[in-house]
Order: sequence, then structure tokens, then C-alpha cells
Amino acid sequence: MSRWLAHLIVIALLAAACGWACASLDMTWNWGVVWEYRQAFWKGWWTTLGLALAALLASSLIGLAAAVMLRSRFAIVEAVARVYVELIRGTPLLVQLLVGWYVVAAALHVGTGYRTAVGVLVLAMFSGAYMAEIFRGGLDAIPKAQVDSARAIGLTRWQAFRLVIFPQAVRIVLPAVAGQLVSLIKDSSLLSVLSIGEFTFAARNVNSATYSTLESYLPLAAGYLALTLPLSALSRWLERRFRYEAA
Amino acid sequence: MNLAIHGLVQRFTDPRSGTQATVLDGLDLVTGTIQALVLIGPSGGGKSTLLRILAGLDVPTAGTVAFNGVPLPRDEHGLISYRRTVGTVFQAYNLFPHLTAMQNLLLPLVHVHGLSEAEAYDRVREPLDRFGLAAHAQKRPAELSGGQKQRVAILRALVVRPQRLFLDEPTSALDPEMSGEVLDMIGELKAAGTQFVLVTHEMGFARRVADEIAFIADGECPARAPPGEFFSVCREPRVVSFLERVHRA
Repeated sequence: MSRWLAHLIVIALLAAACGWACASLDMTWNWGVVWEYRQAFWKGWWTTLGLALAALLASSLIGLAAAVMLRSRFAIVEAVARVYVELIRGTPLLVQLLVGWYVVAAALHVGTGYRTAVGVLVLAMFSGAYMAEIFRGGLDAIPKAQVDSARAIGLTRWQAFRLVIFPQAVRIVLPAVAGQLVSLIKDSSLLSVLSIGEFTFAARNVNSATYSTLESYLPLAAGYLALTLPLSALSRWLERRFRYEAA
Repeated sequence: MNLAIHGLVQRFTDPRSGTQATVLDGLDLVTGTIQALVLIGPSGGGKSTLLRILAGLDVPTAGTVAFNGVPLPRDEHGLISYRRTVGTVFQAYNLFPHLTAMQNLLLPLVHVHGLSEAEAYDRVREPLDRFGLAAHAQKRPAELSGGQKQRVAILRALVVRPQRLFLDEPTSALDPEMSGEVLDMIGELKAAGTQFVLVTHEMGFARRVADEIAFIADGECPARAPPGEFFSVCREPRVVSFLERVHRA
């Protein structure tokens, strides 16, 4: 049986189960009302895409810097990165967002106009902690012989990192980074607690305006899947591709 | 080249336990003016550690090393400049796996020696042909055999026109057939006048290619001689027992 067919069967069974559940609950759908708010969904979806991309870029830089710090010879540098990673990974993003906005940003007198920027930054810090461990694993996976070879041909430390170590580490971590982006996109839904007008915030607004809960949130699920499924596929493809290359 | 080493000491400290290991223990070695020096001796005797110091990759704890009367630098800045004038090939994993054989060859020429892509390309084409590697230039290391990888690695060290090569057991990770093709290449380099220091376990090859053989054991160099003399009349007990063990194997 082909893989595609197997997937289709599983999806069909799942759809049937959902259909049966809805039928047995005797639901009355009200899609017409929600349809009138399609612009709000659309705008929110694009906002989520933009926020996630910005956070991905920032979290990659933060993660890479933290990964390099985690590998530092200097105990204090390593300690700073380690505390950051453990603190962020050990606490809920919701708390980080609330503290980031209502405590840190407020203490620094950051204006309400920067609400989205602060939200993206906190999200990037959150994701960056996971990225740090991914990158550290990738950097650790490069054999010491590669560093020796790079030094032997006369590269400086920075050249060795840029031309030899980093390009190899990136290939190793790409599948995991794509996977982390999937998480990042879903996690961005929590930015709605700061009233940032992204996708989830739009669905909440539609729900409170129409009292059509499922009709508001089911499109939300579909909208996130439209972003995350291609990424998951990309992640698996990258994994296969670089496995062959390494063999 | 002539090489003069006096009182060379290399100690390593285990970062966890803090215990010290002395790998080179006051090694003295002065060669005549030669083209090829071969280092032989038992495993763990300090050959590779010595070669890493000669290649400018490690700084010794104490002692002096001079090629042609010029002492090796001890600061990282000076060592980078020094490494750019020599070539080093290790036992394995020399090539960068994310680059093709050709890109591996071009990298030092472009990024270290400042050639343009076109100049670098011109520089490597002829030697690729000469050593039968032209057909493999666009392959990544994973697609090359062990022998091909080592030959590309030697070529990469060679195309920057170094003053001398350092070869650390370049065939010990290869099966006999592939060892043969790499040793042939080194033999050709010898014939072409390339200067090198080679660490090897291949006694027959050492005898053929060396101008002088230095025996390294227990962090010292108890014997040094031209190959004919070394293999026939050397009476140093550690050399005799080493050669007996090698010949029995």
C-alpha cells in the first residue's frame, strides 16, 4: 500500500469520526455569520505569518549566539547562556509574555505602540532557548578533526567557524530548526493575550461578536495547519536529503 | 631543510582530574640538510604530538624548534602565518564534507592566499590531472574512496606551494591497495623535490623515501640515522625491539 493512500485513509477515518461526533451532538452550524468576518481572519493569518517569520529570524540569531556562549571556555559566559536557556525552557510562554510586557517593558517605559515588537521579542527569546540547544548539538557534532584541518590550512578562528564549522552545523540542524518553526507558529497564538492582532486574536474577536465558537475556532485550526503542515514536510525532506549526503 | 629540536617538552593537563601527562620529555633531534624526514616508533611514543608542534598546530610546554635556523613562533598570530607556509595532512577526515573535492582545493587558495577564483582554478587543474583526480573533482568526500580522499587532501596541502609538508600517518586508515596509491603519490612528490616530514608505520616505504629516519619513543628521540644505517646497524635497544615486533607482525 502506498504511503499516500495510507495517509488518505487515516484522514478519511478521522473526518468520519468528527462528522459522527458533530451529528450526534445535533449541532446547528452558523457559518454564514463567520463568513462575514473573513477579512478579519485573513488579516490575522497574514499577521501571524509575519510575526512568526520575524520571531524565527530573531530567535535564530539569539539561539546561535546562546549556543556559541554555551560552548565558551569562560565559565561566566557559559553560565549566562545556561541560566537563560533553563529559565526560558522551564517556564510557560504565557508568563514570559505577561512579565515581558507588564513588568519589563513597563519598567523601561516602552510605549503601547511597541506592543507587537515586545511580543515578538519575547517569543523570539522563548524560541531562541530551544534553538540554542539545537545549534549547540549541531556544533558539537562537528568532529575536532575538522577544526584541526581548518587551522592546518591557515584559516583564522573566525574563518574556520564561518567557512567550515557553521555550514556543516547548519546542515545538521536544519530539520530540527524547521520543526522548531512549527512550534513557534503555534506558540505565536499566545501573543493574543497582549491584544496583538494576530490570527488567534482575530478568532477570539469573531467568537465574541458572533457567539459561534466552533465556527470561529475551526478555521483557526485549519489556518495554522496550512502553515505548519508544509513546514513539517520540509523538515522531513531536509532530514532525508542530508542523511543521504552524509552517508 | 634542516631541523633542530632542543629540549622539547609537551605536557597535557586533563581538565577534569587535573592530572598531567608528559608526552614529549626533553626531546632532542638535529637533522642534516635533507629533503625527507620520516618519524617512526611505537604508538603513544609522541610521534603525532611532535608532528603537531612542527606543523604549528600546538605550542610546546618547553623547548625550541627551528627549521633552517628559523625558530617556530609561539603566539597564535605568528603560528597562523607559519601554518600558511606549510601543509599538513592527517590520518583521516582532512576534507570538508560539505564541499566538493574542487571546492576543498580552492578554499585555502581563495580565502587564505588571496587568489581569485579563476587563478585558483587554473592552479589546481594541472595537478588534479597529474594525480588522476580530475574525474572526481566535482564529487563530495562521501562519494570518494579513502585513497582518493587522502590524495585530494595531500593535493590541497600542496597547491598552496608550501615550503614543506607534514604527513601524519596518511595511510593508516586505509586498506593496502589504497595505501599503495597514496604512498605512490608521496613517492612522486619526493622525486619532484618536495620537502616533508612523515609519520608512518610502513617500514618498507620509510626505508625507500626517507633521507633520515628518526625513532621516537617514550617522548624522546633515542636514534636518528639515514635508512640504510638505521635498519642494519642501529643497536639502540628500543629500536631493535621495535623493529623485531614490526617484522614479526
